[in-house]
Formats: sequence, structure tokens, C-alpha cells
Amino acid sequence: MSVELDVFVGNTTIMDEEVYQLWLDGYTVNDAVKARVDAGVLDECEATEDVLLSDTMDQYRTFQMCERLLQSPAKLANQLLFQITPHRQAMLIERYYAFDDPFVREVLGKKLSKGTKKDLDDISAKTGVTLKSCRRQFDNFKRVFKVVEELKGPLVENIRQHFLLSDKLARDYAAIVFFANNRFETGKKKLQYLTFQDFAFCAGQLINNWTVGAVDNMVEDMDVDLDKEFLQELKELKILITDKDLLDQHKSLVCTALRGKTKALPEMEANFKNLSRGLVNIATKLTNTKDVRDFFIDLVEKFIEPCRSDRWTSADLKLYLTHYTNSAHILDTFKHQAVWDRYMGVIKSCIFKMYHD
Amino acid sequence: MPGKLKAKIVAGRHLPVMDRASDLTDAFVEVKFGNTTFKTDVYPKSLNPQWNSEWFKFEVDDEDLQDEPLQITVLDHDTYSANDAIGKVYIDIDPLLCTEAASVISGWFPIYDTIHGIRGEINVLVKVELFNDLNRFRQSSCGVKFFCTTSIPRGYRAAMVHGFVEELVVNEDPEYQWIDRIRTPRASNEARQRLISLMSGELQRKIGLKVLEMGGNAVVGYLQCFDLEGESGLVVRAIGTACTLDKISSGSFSNTHTHPNTAPPSNACNSPSKDGKEPVFGEDLPSSSGPPTPFRALPTSSSSPPPFSPCKPCSRQSSSSDTDLSLTPKTGMGSGGSAGKEAGPLKTLLRQQTQTALEQREFPFFTLTSFPPAFLVHVGGVVSARSVKLLDRIHNPDEPETRDAWWEEIRQEIKSHAKALGCHAVIGYSENTSICEEVCILSASGTAAILNPRYMREGCLDMGSTDHRFDDPSPPSCGFCHIPYDELNMPFPAQLTYCYNCRRQKVPDVLFTTIDLPTEAAVTGKGCLIQARLCRLKKRAQGEVNATAISNLLPFMEYELHTQLMNKLKLRSMNALFGLHIQISVGENMLLGLASATGVYLTALPAPGGIQVAGKTPSELNEQHVLTIQKRINDTIAKNKELYQITPPELTEEGVGSPIPEPRHRSRLFRSHSESSDEVSELDLSHGKKDAFVLEIDDTDAVEDIHSLLTDASPPTGFYSCNTETMPGIYNWTTAVQMFTSVRVLRLSNANLSNQSLNKIFTDLCENLLKSFYFKLRSMIPCCLCHLNFNVAVPEEELIQVSVTAVAMTFDKDQAQERPAERFITKGGSETEDQLQFSLELCADTSSTNSQTSSKISGVQENALVSSRAASVDYGSFADRCSTWLELLRLKAHTIRRGSVKTISSLEHCSPLTEGRSRSLRSSRSFGGSSVTMVKMTPLSFLPGTRIIKYLGIINMFFIRETTSLREEGGVSGFLHSFIAEVFAMVRAHVAALGGNAVVSYSMKDCVLMENPNKNQAQCLINVSGDAVVCVRETDPEPVAQMVNSGQTCAADGTS
Repeated sequence: MSVELDVFVGNTTIMDEEVYQLWLDGYTVNDAVKARVDAGVLDECEATEDVLLSDTMDQYRTFQMCERLLQSPAKLANQLLFQITPHRQAMLIERYYAFDDPFVREVLGKKLSKGTKKDLDDISAKTGVTLKSCRRQFDNFKRVFKVVEELKGPLVENIRQHFLLSDKLARDYAAIVFFANNRFETGKKKLQYLTFQDFAFCAGQLINNWTVGAVDNMVEDMDVDLDKEFLQELKELKILITDKDLLDQHKSLVCTALRGKTKALPEMEANFKNLSRGLVNIATKLTNTKDVRDFFIDLVEKFIEPCRSDRWTSADLKLYLTHYTNSAHILDTFKHQAVWDRYMGVIKSCIFKMYHD
Repeated sequence: MPGKLKAKIVAGRHLPVMDRASDLTDAFVEVKFGNTTFKTDVYPKSLNPQWNSEWFKFEVDDEDLQDEPLQITVLDHDTYSANDAIGKVYIDIDPLLCTEAASVISGWFPIYDTIHGIRGEINVLVKVELFNDLNRFRQSSCGVKFFCTTSIPRGYRAAMVHGFVEELVVNEDPEYQWIDRIRTPRASNEARQRLISLMSGELQRKIGLKVLEMGGNAVVGYLQCFDLEGESGLVVRAIGTACTLDKISSGSFSNTHTHPNTAPPSNACNSPSKDGKEPVFGEDLPSSSGPPTPFRALPTSSSSPPPFSPCKPCSRQSSSSDTDLSLTPKTGMGSGGSAGKEAGPLKTLLRQQTQTALEQREFPFFTLTSFPPAFLVHVGGVVSARSVKLLDRIHNPDEPETRDAWWEEIRQEIKSHAKALGCHAVIGYSENTSICEEVCILSASGTAAILNPRYMREGCLDMGSTDHRFDDPSPPSCGFCHIPYDELNMPFPAQLTYCYNCRRQKVPDVLFTTIDLPTEAAVTGKGCLIQARLCRLKKRAQGEVNATAISNLLPFMEYELHTQLMNKLKLRSMNALFGLHIQISVGENMLLGLASATGVYLTALPAPGGIQVAGKTPSELNEQHVLTIQKRINDTIAKNKELYQITPPELTEEGVGSPIPEPRHRSRLFRSHSESSDEVSELDLSHGKKDAFVLEIDDTDAVEDIHSLLTDASPPTGFYSCNTETMPGIYNWTTAVQMFTSVRVLRLSNANLSNQSLNKIFTDLCENLLKSFYFKLRSMIPCCLCHLNFNVAVPEEELIQVSVTAVAMTFDKDQAQERPAERFITKGGSETEDQLQFSLELCADTSSTNSQTSSKISGVQENALVSSRAASVDYGSFADRCSTWLELLRLKAHTIRRGSVKTISSLEHCSPLTEGRSRSLRSSRSFGGSSVTMVKMTPLSFLPGTRIIKYLGIINMFFIRETTSLREEGGVSGFLHSFIAEVFAMVRAHVAALGGNAVVSYSMKDCVLMENPNKNQAQCLINVSGDAVVCVRETDPEPVAQMVNSGQTCAADGTS
């Protein structure tokens, strides 16, 4: 005796959020049943394990049928097959596009290609995220990437509108797309301490200030590609370290301003030239795609690590960078104020974010 | 040329990719009606084509308009090869032919393909211009309204109920035509879908004609079924109740404020209840808005203002009039309670009129299950008939005559059974079939009843007016329980007692009916779903032998189902069944029987005796065992009493005293069956002449039976279930509804199963289904599963299929949890609305009146035995039993005894229901921002918390789905899951296109699944029906204006 067929269909599609999460997390039906038993669902309604299995199967089928729609969320709202309240639709979409931080940290900055997809089982093993879930997340990244690639207008807004995501999630996806497009290196050991949110924040800064879109908001890829002209102009900043007078002048201005405000002043004074060289060199090399990729590793090596070894506090760092940026304006022979501000604005906030005490 | 049909194809969306090279589609549309076809231009390279076509105009006869569907085919243009079909939409334009229904069909329809399912959507606009038809000999019946709802639809008033209409059409099944061997499965499925659509159109038209002939304008309780006979043909048949319905205009809404139906009676019953004893109607009634005269005119002041008699207090005063009545039993017999001698002659007169009115009809049958107040006078009992036929014996399979004769025969039987019960009508009537190969079981069942003739006489259209009410027999809340037959000349033995409510009339001790619980019936506690399940193996056989074997098994099955029902009823300490539906399905090697009903404790009926267990032979070793079982049974009964809050208070001494000692009687379930030959057997199903209900254990079978009796799990806390419209005892519904369909198929692995183990398997299957529902719907607690409609089938050897459609509705917990003794339920609120069309329920003031009522009522003493329900209709009562005949059969050692009847007073409940209903009303229409209208569906005739303001027409759809890639679609479960979801989607789309936002009286008539996993194939046929409606929240002040607007918005959305 066996159950040949067992279905339950509601006029309003019944979806249990817990089961949905288990499905998203890539649990098999049997594992999901176990998880639900452990969660104590059975006590809720005098149910047996059979009932739970039947319910889980039904829900899994529903989710599988919905998956096609979730991949183009706009369709979910005007499809007729499932009657789902808008409130619930939003939940389904948001959860479907949600990702695990450990997973995204592994993929961030990698090319969203077949090659990467083949490595997913390693990533799965490493992060403990099931392969099924890894695939879904990876495919989501890829799908979003493909869609926004061809669109004009602001990246975050495009993602939000096409995938009906919340603002927060849309921003995260923008970061993922931006990183994937520019192939920023995030996997090096020295960068391991950085979380996805650190990078997402930096990506937001870069998108808002360094891309083509920051100046002109009607070009293709405006938020994905860095502004080439700006990168060229950055070369001009070299004068800050090549011109010895300027460098000394800058140093004395900064040190004067910092006097009495921090305990780390001696180290700052001693390291000033090194640090300044580091930052300006990063700026001048950004025309090279290779160096763009190493942007974050450079920031860590050239600036964050020295500061950390000198035990600067975050406050010290903030103070130093603020004065370092502002003092440049007082240098009479330094003419590239606008470029300097555009550069340093981003660098400053990225370093703040990336500097973990 | 009486009609012009216009159609416009606006756009498509989400089309499938038909051209792999470009990942796009070059779509165009063919619009076909009758033999005329139009085409749109090809909209190249798009999955979201905008055709925005011209108006395609079809000039057609209205006969065709009724029969034919508009057929829309979406195709992919291909320059070099044949165009590929993407899918089709069939639009039934019947709703447009009624002036009161929809005026335009406009919206997105799923494009459906029988092989691929839904493939995108298409936006269509359809209109009809009808010209007046002056031809007296016309073949069309445009304008006759159809309702699936088995009560008078809300917003309408039944001016006249004409009676039974039926029709049957036959055609060759395309699947069995020779051409089917060479055409594709798709072509074959489409031929079938189209044919059935045509046949249902024709059927509806013919029934419409009959209605017009009778002088009616509507069919209520329209029930259409398909019989897939296989080789011998495809039958579409329908039954219904012809009525003349008047729309209650907005003007009459205001009238209803003065309708004496609402406030006055509640007031009237309040005061007596507060006093505890003496009803003082004389003071209360004139102050009410109702016309005082009729009430005053009545000689017996205490108990009987006519049809809306507020109550039947069992106080001393009324009991004195009881004495009167008992002296004149013959005249008082059929009375619904208009007590006193004066009522006698009047009643006789009424009865005569009724009889003549009804006898003119060939079949005085009514498919309705609930009735306007005062329509139903008494209920006799369940009548049923079954007949086994051989399909290969039909002489002329293409003609309907043979089937007509079969049904005619069965209906005659039903009619004669009803007559034997002293009844002239059959209500809650339904027919169904079960087919296996060439054997077909035809079944019909209903409830014998006596009806008020007023609705069937010409010239009495104004039934709502005072004078008509005056001459009513005035049935109070218990009147329907009173026996219709003559006590001294009973058609069958039954144990009678005086009604526990009014103490005037005789009532049986148990009552089975196929109808819904009458609105005003006095119920103690809550009800529950009671099911009897049975499997019987039979030998595989052919033709006549097979038919005989089946006919021989049927009586045993009916008996056992009946015994089970009776035991389970007693176990729950209840005394009546409503909505009884017995289905017997035939398979190759077994018969399945499933009886479902809702058990209740009717206050008017005596308390059921317990169940006593006895060992047959005293020497039996396990006296101990018997005692244990007895204890378990007693415990279960006690537990159930608590669970269902059945606490009938003991009658106080001033009551009439114990019922007159009655000679023992036995009741009989009138039933019969005949095989291909026409023999008719009648069973006397009553049990022996013993006092208590005794289960005798003398063999293992009996032990098993008792076990199965006790293993029925009660629903988990917070859940109730019933198969009637609403749950007796719950009146404070909130607005959340969840309709669902569930199908389960079990494969029996080996053929050597015994009846016992089969029974166990079948019972577990049903029980597990229920458990699954409870679990899935746990978030809705407190909630009630209503209208649980189980359907069993034996699709193949070793397969058992159970499909269930039901609705879960939430209710207000606080009120439901009140102690029953303090609960006095006015069945005025949602209940009233379920069942009655009377305008007063629709007026906004009702709720305020009710809330006043309820506030007054709270705190009433429990011994105030008052029926507070305003409009009182009496539904007859009756019990059918199992028989000595069966004892002879010695199939089981069951003996049923009657316990001495306890004196128990009745108790009425008046619940403060309005609060719960007006609260937490969520929008039933689309949620903001969504482009798809939310369409609610329910098998009930109403949606709680809402008011139906317009009926848009009947939805009757038939779909076939087939697959040759079963595994890829997720196996047979995946296949059926998506098909059911698709069917829901198509129903919703059609309703939305008509401008509606809900489907009421929804049902899935057929779900025929055939699978062949080895070939990776499956096919499924589903037939659904219901009434498309527009409903608004009860609290909306200006419903009409609002809905018209939103309807237009809908249409506008569609076109944009």
C-alpha cells in the first residue's frame, strides 16, 4: 500500500515561511521534514510525521512551480496561476534573492562565468552552504548582472525596479554587480577579515563618486564602469609626492593641525611620507585595469596595515585623513583640488569602513 | 438575427518562446464563433504582443449564443511550415445574455493548452447586443438566470418556486471515435472540451426553455454532471429548481426595516428569557415595528405569531396549550406550531392546497438545501434509490431515451418513498452515478418533506407582505422536527416523543436529512463532521453477473454505512444529521461507500441514549474486556459532550414532564435499488425492539468495528469541521477564507486484502486527509472547515482516489469559547445571510439591531427556553434507522435499542454575533498595487463578512490536461498539482473578466485521473462550477456605487 498521489491546492496559495526557507537553503524533502520535526512543528497541531512529509512535499512542489516566476519577479505580480497577496509576493522575492554572506564573500569580485559555477561545490564545502543554495545564489547574481548590464540609468534603481527588491538588497546586488564587473580582488588572505558589508559599502562609495554615472546619468553602464577621464586626471595628483617641497609642506600642515589632538602624532609624523606616497600611488595607477583590481589589497597594504601596526585608533585615523585631505587645499601650488576631493572622499570613507580596530 | 457578438483582441503577455532561434514568438489570434472565424494580424517577434484588433462581429441566433462558446486560439506564425498553436481560451458568453448579469467580458485570460497547460495570457473584450425576440416558438431561453447556489440567492426574493427541471443530452465521446486513432492527443482533447462546452450550452438552453414554459425566470440549485460512459457515449445531464425570482430593489431595502422579521421577535424573546419563565408577548410585540394585528389576532398569545414566531417557550403557559394539542393530534399533526385548535383547519386547508399544487408536478423535487422562512413545514426523512445498469445494453446509445427512462424510474421510486413518509415533496435532492467499465450505478437521494404551498401558487408573488405571513402555519424553531406522517398510522415504526422545545408535537428520536441545518433550528452545542466509510470486495465479473453481484452488495453496504453513522452519532451524543451524502463507487473488484454528514444535537429532539456493549454469550471469557470497551465508549461520549459543548440542561419540573410513553417504533430508511431488471426492494433498517443502543461483541468483526468507531480522531483544538454550509453553533465568522482542493490516491499493493483491512486502509486515508488539512490550515485557528465534500472513486484496480473540496473559515474565538449555558445563539447573523434572501438581512441596520439584541440577551438565565430566532421556518425531522431485516442477515451482531428518553429541556442560543463579523474586515478585492484582482472562491453560498450585490452568471468549465512527460512534470502529483492550480487560475480569470471578485457555491464535480507511469503519461479531466459574484464588505455604506466603479476600473485595466 503506497500513496500514489497526494496534492493539496489552495485558492490562495499556501506557503509556510519556514518551509520556504528550508527549500531556499537547499534541504531535501526528508531533511526538511527532520528540521521541522526538530523545530517542534509536530507539537503545534497534533500532527504526525506523515502529515509533515505530505505538507512539505506539497510546499516544495509549489515553490518549484513558482521558481520560474521568481526568476523574473515582475511576472509574479501579474501572473494568474498562483493567487498570492502582494505582501506575500514581496516576501517570496526578497527571500529568494537573499544570499548568505559567507557565500557571497567567496564569489565577490569573481567573474560570474561557467568556470566559477564549476567551483561552487568547493565553495559549498568551504562555507557549509548547500550546493543547491549556492547555485541559486550564484544564478541570482548572474541573472541580475545580465539584466542590468544592458540598461541605462542608475544601477541600484534598475535592480530595484526589475527585481522588485528592497532598497537594501538592491544596493547589495549593485555592489555584487559592480565588483563582478571590475573584478576587484577580494579573496587574498590579507582581505579575509573584511566582510561583505564592508565591501558593499565601499562599492556604494565608488559607484556614487567614481563612475561615469557620478557625472552623467544617462549613459550605458554608467554605474558599473569607472570614469576613465577621472582616472586619467588622478595621474596629476602625483605632484603631491614627487614635488619634495609640496610633500614637506603638506606634512607640516597636517602635523601642525594634529598637534595636541592625538597620542599617535609621533608615528603619524614618522610615517607621513610613506602613507601619502601609498595613497597617491594608488590613485595614479588606477588607469591600469590590473591595479584597479588590486585597489582594496593596495589600500590594506599601503595604508591600513602600517596604521594598524602603529596602533592607531579609528579616531586617529579619521583625524589624520580629514586633515590630510583638507591640508592639500591650502597648498598654493597644488591645482587639482576637485580631483583630489573626489578621490579622497571615497578613499577616506572606504578606509574608515575597512579599518577594524 | 437576434444577436450580435463582438470581440476584440487587445494584447498578450508572457507568451512562450515559439522560435528557438530568436527566443521570440510571432503570434496572431483566431477568433471563432460557430462557423465564422476572424484573424488578427501577426505581431512579430514579441512575447508581449499588442494586437489591439478591430471589433470582430458575429451575427448569430441567440440559440447559438447560448450553445456555443467563443473560441480564441493563439498561434505562432510560421512562414514555411504550419502555424503552431500556442493555446486556446473558451469564453462562455452566457453571462452576457442576461440583463442583470455582466455587460461586458474584459480581462486577461490564461491561454490554455491541453498538453502544456497555461502558456501566457491574452486580453480580450467581448460584448453582446441582443435584439428583442418576438418569436413565440423560439428555441432559445436567453435571460433565464442560472445559479449553482442551493438556496434563494441573496438579493433576490422567491416569488414562486416552480419545481424540478431536468435535462439530459448524449453524444458520442470523441475519444472513442475512429478518428481518434489518427489524430493527435491535443486535437482529441480539444474536440472533447469543445463538445462538452457545446453540450452544456445546449443543456442549459433546454432547461431554460422548460423554465420559461413553467413561467419561471431562473434556475436555482443547478447541478450539472458528466457521465463518461466510454463506448456508449458521453452524457451531460443537469437538474435544478425552477423559480421566479424578484430582485430586491433598493427601495425594498428600506422596507425591510419595518419587516417584523428582525428586531421585534428578538425583543420578544428577550423579555421572557429575562423573566425566566412567563413570556409576555402582548407587551413587546406591538411596540415593535412589525404590524401588530396578526400577532394579536392569534388566540394563543404565547407561542405563535405566524411565520416569524419568535419562540416556543417551554414554560407552563405553553405547555397548557400543548395539552390542548395533544388532544387533537390529527389536526395538529402537520403543524409547525401554530398552536391551538384554530390552526387546525387552516392547516388542513394549506395541506390540501400544497398537495394539489405539488401533485400537478411530475416530480415534486427541489435541489435546494436551504429555504426561505416558512417555506419548509416538516421533514419526513432521507429517501434514496439506487439502480445498477449495464451500459452495453443501451439499444440506441446516441439517443437520450434509455437514460431518461432510467432516471425516470429512479425518480418515481424516490417519489413513492416520499409519499410513504407522508410527504409530498423531496428537498435537497441530488443525483449521481458511478461507472466502471460497462456497469453504472445510478443514485438519487433527497429528504422527504412537506412544504408550504404558498410559494407554488400563482398570484402569491407578494409573499413578503403581512397578510400572507398571517395565514402561515407559523413554524417555530422546532417545527421542522415534528413528524409529517400520521402518528396513528405511521408509515414505519419510529419512537416518538413530544418535542422538547414546544411540547406540542411529536418528534422522532433521531433525524437524518440531506439539507442544510435550517437557519432558525435550535441547536445545543456545536456540530461536527461524521463519516461512515466502507470497502467491500467483490468478485471480478462481467455483464449481468457483475451487475447482480453489485446489486446484492448494495443493501449490505447501505446498512453498514447506516449503522456506522448511527454509532458515531451516538458516540458524539448527537441526535441529528444534516447534509447527509452517501456515495457508493464501483470498481473492478471492490465497492467503496462513503457517507458524510454533519451531526448536531437538535434541542427539540430527545437526548440520544448511550451505547451499551454486551458480550453475546455470557460465558465469554472476557467480561473484563467488555467492561473496558464500555468504559472507553462512555469516556469518549463524555469527552465528546465536552468537546462539542453539548450540555442540554435538565428540564425543570414545570416542564411538561416526561414524554408520553410511546409504543416502540422503528423507523425505516426508504431506499431501494434495482439492477438492470426492475425489481425494487425496500429495506426496513430499524433495529430490534430493545431499549438501549447495544453493540454486541461476538466475533472479531464486531471488535474491529468498535475499534474503528473509537479511532476516529476528533479535530485538534481550535478546529471544527462540517459538510454543511456552516457549522451549527458557530455564528461569529470573521472574513478569512481559504478554499482548497486536495486529492489523494492510494495504491493497494496486494490483492489479498480482507474487507476488514481494506476498511482500515480506507478509513485511515480519510482520517489522514483530514489531519493534513488541520495541519496545513493551522495558522487560521480558530477555524472551521465547512462544506467538506469528499468524493471517492476507484479509477483503476487497486487504486482508491479521494478528492476533497472545502473551505476553511475563521471565526471569533472569544465568543465561540463562551460557556454554552450562557450562550444564546440568535441565528440571525451570518447564518441568516447564508440561507435567506430576505431583504432585511441585507440592510445595514440589521447588525445594529442584532448587537442590541445580543447585548440584551447576554446574561439570560439558562432555563429560559426561548427560541430567539426571528424568522422561523420549520424543517421536518426524521430518523432513519437500521433494521431487523438486517438482523436476519446476521452480517453483524448489532442490535440497536432505544434508551428511555430523558426529560431534557431545550436550550436556545443567542450569540452576540455581530461584533465578530463587523470586526476585522479585510478587503476582498484586489490589494493595492497588484494588477491581478484577488478572486475569492468558496463552496458556500456566501462569503463571511461580505454582501453579495450582484450575480454575474454561472461558471461551468471543463478542462482536460494530458502529458507525455509525466516524470519531467514532477510525477503524477506534480502533474495534478499544477493542473488544479491552472483550473483555479482559469476560473478566477473568468470571474475577474466578468467584473466579479468571488465565486460562491463553487464545486469540483469531476476529477478523473488516468495515469500510465510506465509510458510516462497521464491524463486528467476536471469539471468545476460555481456562481460568479460581486461582493462588498458588509460595512461598506454605498456598495452599489462602489462596485460599479471598481467594475469599471477592472474593465479599464483590462483594456489599457
